[in-house]
Amino acid sequence: MTSGLLELCGITVSFDGFLALRDLNLNLQPGELRAVIGPNGAGKTTFLDVITGKVAPSEGDVLFKGRSLLGRPEHRIARLGIGRKFQSPRVFEQLTVRENLALAVSRPKQPWTLLIGGLRSSQRDRVQHLMSIVNLQKRADWLAGALSHGQKQWLEIAMLVGQDPDLLLVDEPVAGLTDEETDLTADLLKSLAGDHTVLVIEHDMEFIRRLDSPVTVLHQGHVLCEGTMDQVQVDPRVIEVYLGTTEDDSK
Amino acid sequence: MMKAFQQRRWALVILWVLIIAAIVAAPSVLPVFRLNLLGRFLALAIVALGIDLIWGFTGLLSLGQGIFFALGGYAAAMYLQLNSSEDLLNGIPEFFTLYGVDRLPAFWQPFHSPLFTLVAIWLIPGVLAALLGNLVFRNRVKGVYFSILTQAALLVFFNFFNGQQKLINGTNGLKTDVTQLFGQMVGSPEMQRGFFWVTAVVVIFTWLFVRWVVRGRFGDVLIAIRDDEPRLRFAGYNPTLFKTLVFAIAGGLAGIGGALYTVQSGIVSPQFMTVPFSIEMVIWVAVGGRGTLVGAILGAVFINYAKSLVSEAMPQSWLFIQGGLFILVVTALPEGVIGWFQGDGPRNLLNRLGMSRRSGTYPRLELDGQEEIQP
Repeated sequence: MTSGLLELCGITVSFDGFLALRDLNLNLQPGELRAVIGPNGAGKTTFLDVITGKVAPSEGDVLFKGRSLLGRPEHRIARLGIGRKFQSPRVFEQLTVRENLALAVSRPKQPWTLLIGGLRSSQRDRVQHLMSIVNLQKRADWLAGALSHGQKQWLEIAMLVGQDPDLLLVDEPVAGLTDEETDLTADLLKSLAGDHTVLVIEHDMEFIRRLDSPVTVLHQGHVLCEGTMDQVQVDPRVIEVYLGTTEDDSK
Repeated sequence: MMKAFQQRRWALVILWVLIIAAIVAAPSVLPVFRLNLLGRFLALAIVALGIDLIWGFTGLLSLGQGIFFALGGYAAAMYLQLNSSEDLLNGIPEFFTLYGVDRLPAFWQPFHSPLFTLVAIWLIPGVLAALLGNLVFRNRVKGVYFSILTQAALLVFFNFFNGQQKLINGTNGLKTDVTQLFGQMVGSPEMQRGFFWVTAVVVIFTWLFVRWVVRGRFGDVLIAIRDDEPRLRFAGYNPTLFKTLVFAIAGGLAGIGGALYTVQSGIVSPQFMTVPFSIEMVIWVAVGGRGTLVGAILGAVFINYAKSLVSEAMPQSWLFIQGGLFILVVTALPEGVIGWFQGDGPRNLLNRLGMSRRSGTYPRLELDGQEEIQP
């Protein structure tokens, strides 16, 4: 196995005996765009929790750029270059769009530097650029809480990009978006791949098809199969877990 | 636009001139008793500013600020006691002889130095707050559990100080009004006038300092902690560090407030660490308006003034009024008085009374952020 940007080796997560993930293996190469699908309860979100340090696995190891992430607090993992977008948009609602993005692009993220100085002009330009990507320039001084659902989704994606991570973990980016917004989001994620490694978790099959990327199917905490969307869709095991076991047919 | 800005600026200049004039003139206008009360309440406003920083901005509701308040008070009182007891038996404060102590406890020694005392007033409470805070924040104790822990810590300190007669005169506390400073009695009108001015200046500088802290990205991080702390971690920030820092700042401010309160009230005692008093501090900020800073100052001063006026007229009724005030703020004015004025409060009230011009549409509904709908 070639060493990738991110390697999950035999991850098992147990919640009081319930195995949310069991012996999960996954390998991501730098610059790759990967989609992860799976039915409800397949462990998709838990799998992101493990990578970002929110949940500690009971077995296995997570390697990022060859270094183990286990035992590191969330903010250190984030500083190593892993950004995460949550399932429901999580932006800081009492801050303006501009302030949200300023926090994302700020570096270093230490109290003293935040206290004594403002944003550098390169960082201000970056905030402007991010707002133009997600079309929020006119909302720059709005409180994020006043944005629509779709705009919050995009603001969060912009914040994620502003962190300039090597690996973007994107959890259901198009939930609740219009078709047009969904298409734009797909294009945005595709344009990010290459410079960044992007891992997308999504339910929306049309969206995944549009991403045109390798797909990993999770089922009951385990990788069921990997392949292109077309391969995956005809895989009998995938059909089985998505449509339920066909007991009637076997009779 | 430019004109409005100019007007605003002039209004601010006039406001500051009025404030400074009021501070300078207060001693000649107010009787000594009232001036002394005002000075004490301004000292409490310093504590309230710290609470606004940790609660209003960062969302940490501490019910234990009395600890830091009392520590600042004790630091000041210990220096004053030592400063006035050189001629006494063994050169130690008088109360020690009551308990048969003839040697100064070691931790009193550094308080011979005025410089050490000036630093200790804010540094000791600040460091203690940092230690307590870090312990709690590191274990991700949040919300109401944090509040309960701070209250428990308050009770621990209260009981400890109450029981230590041989160290700090226990429940009797340390008196400061009959002590000497610069060769004068601390309780004398001249000294009290001086303390009033010092307190007023410290309040202004504290306000400027806290405002500087909450403006800019540091303040944005605090608000982000209040909004969604886990999310902030994934953005690469360490909330524990920021929370520890602001809790330490609030602790240090409470210490300064405690010291200035002590020299104006004439005594520091474990009564500073009672549970109701620390809850009152939170009420001042809630009534004044969380996250407004000015609200914290006005809340502390006006509620305490009301308290003393009401208590003089109808001694039994204040607790009912205070309780009613708190219920009113929680139910009708969650933003507090200043927050209400800064927000949509006045317009909403006029709307309800049917006295405002109807707006053509909902206030925030705009087409694309720029063009407004014509009514």
